[in-house]
Amino acid sequence: MLRLEGLSKTYEGGIAALDSCSLEFARAEVVAIIGPSGAGKSTLIRCINRLVEPTAGRVVLDGGDLTAMSHRQLRRARREIAMIFQEFNLVERLTVMENVLSGRLGYVSILQAAFRRFPPHDIDAAFALLDRVGLEGFENSRADQLSGGQRQRVGIARALMQEPKILLVDEPTSALDPKTARTIFELICGLARERGLPALINIHDVGLALMFAERVVGLARGHVVFDGPPAAVDEAVLTRIYGAADWRQTLRREEPEAGAGSARREAAS
Amino acid sequence: MTGTRQEAGGRPPRVWERYSRRQRMWQFAAYLGGVMAIVWAATAMDIYWPFVLDAPEQIGDLAGRMVPPDWPFFLDIVDPMIETINIATIGTLVGGLLSIPVALLAAQNLTPNKATLWLARVIVVGSRSVNELVWALIFAVVFGPGPAAGMVAIAVSSIGFTAKLVAEGIEEIEPGQVEAIRATGAGPAKVLIYGILPQIMPVIVGVMTFRWDINIRQSAIIGLVGAGGIGITLNTAMNSFAWREVTVILIAIFAIVAASEWISATLRKRMI
Repeated sequence: MLRLEGLSKTYEGGIAALDSCSLEFARAEVVAIIGPSGAGKSTLIRCINRLVEPTAGRVVLDGGDLTAMSHRQLRRARREIAMIFQEFNLVERLTVMENVLSGRLGYVSILQAAFRRFPPHDIDAAFALLDRVGLEGFENSRADQLSGGQRQRVGIARALMQEPKILLVDEPTSALDPKTARTIFELICGLARERGLPALINIHDVGLALMFAERVVGLARGHVVFDGPPAAVDEAVLTRIYGAADWRQTLRREEPEAGAGSARREAAS
Repeated sequence: MTGTRQEAGGRPPRVWERYSRRQRMWQFAAYLGGVMAIVWAATAMDIYWPFVLDAPEQIGDLAGRMVPPDWPFFLDIVDPMIETINIATIGTLVGGLLSIPVALLAAQNLTPNKATLWLARVIVVGSRSVNELVWALIFAVVFGPGPAAGMVAIAVSSIGFTAKLVAEGIEEIEPGQVEAIRATGAGPAKVLIYGILPQIMPVIVGVMTFRWDINIRQSAIIGLVGAGGIGITLNTAMNSFAWREVTVILIAIFAIVAASEWISATLRKRMI
């Protein structure tokens, strides 16, 4: 489905954010990409749809090499790659409905976009998505009137509005409080599964990653240092990704609810 | 305090001065230079002091001729006043529309390359460096005297101001919102319509109403060089020493400028 071959990005000034990363995403699964700040997580995600131009390597989506495409071809390809952002990146002064419909901008004409005359089936789909993400009745609210959690719900609806083949998610929860973060993360994972979408999710909350992802990719200093199921993530792996620390508390969270509860009680006493 | 001083071991207190001796010398030199420049400018102006001392008497004389205002004359200036407002309004709209592409090229974060940035800057500086009256003179020659010349002069002189301020607004947009629209596969035009315009709309409206307010004042003046509006009437009245008519015209201009200032302030408060 999606294959990254030796993907590298060196920013101006010679900082190698991404150094020859090769990854294959063949199935519709939720992949959590974890790693310390500056490990290259955002760069990796942004190199896939070329919001950041990779300096070397290839991104192959369903046989098409995105890195070799012209701007016009890239725009067509981007329609099928949806993205959810850390700071939501909604157009603040537009309504919720306009933001959701902007997911269709790759498909409608300039005039349709300018006068907000989207095809009826798009509008219908937008209403259905707003209901699904829990924002029924909010279509005419302006984006800047919403809370953080609500904004990210709009961001999710906008992404799915594209009817993408793949979902790129960049730190979807780090601007949210812990409870909202968990709800939003569950919503993204749930929707990806519902629609059979592969989702690449940058996340720095290791606990959430281990709880909801089917596969974990660990990045450190621009290199892939781990790739495997959540069950295989142990203290040694986390040390390899983040450096040495006491990882027992972090890992305890993935244990079954009852076990985790008793373990926490033991630790407290 | 004495205790601490003793603890410090008898060494002299530490000294702190905001400016060093060298900096103070330079400051003194700068002050001296400034005063000398002012004295030189005042003497070089070659003022004829009897005329200056005569001024209060002249003011009294002129005031005597200007009152009472020739109120019935007000009916004659209704049409030129409306023309003045029309020149300002249409000039602002045309200038505003023309300034949008210039603003897009003048914004560092949107301009395609150095050449376009440079071109936009030349347009901005060119439009701003020439005074409205001079533009009006030029276009009165090109289009002949009348409101058309005034309208074009107002439009051209508005481009620089509007484009510069809107470009500054564009430079402050949030790149994340634009990035999100680009990520959907939207092309440049759609990114502009959806990602950029909504963000700069308050700036555009604010700058345009502010400029309209300025243009009302300018279009009252440019008639002095034949570019239409109330200025022509004012010029005629002054040339024929009809000072009581001049008073009525000045009162009318004052009322319209005050009204436009109020309207523009109210509009800006509403829109932002």
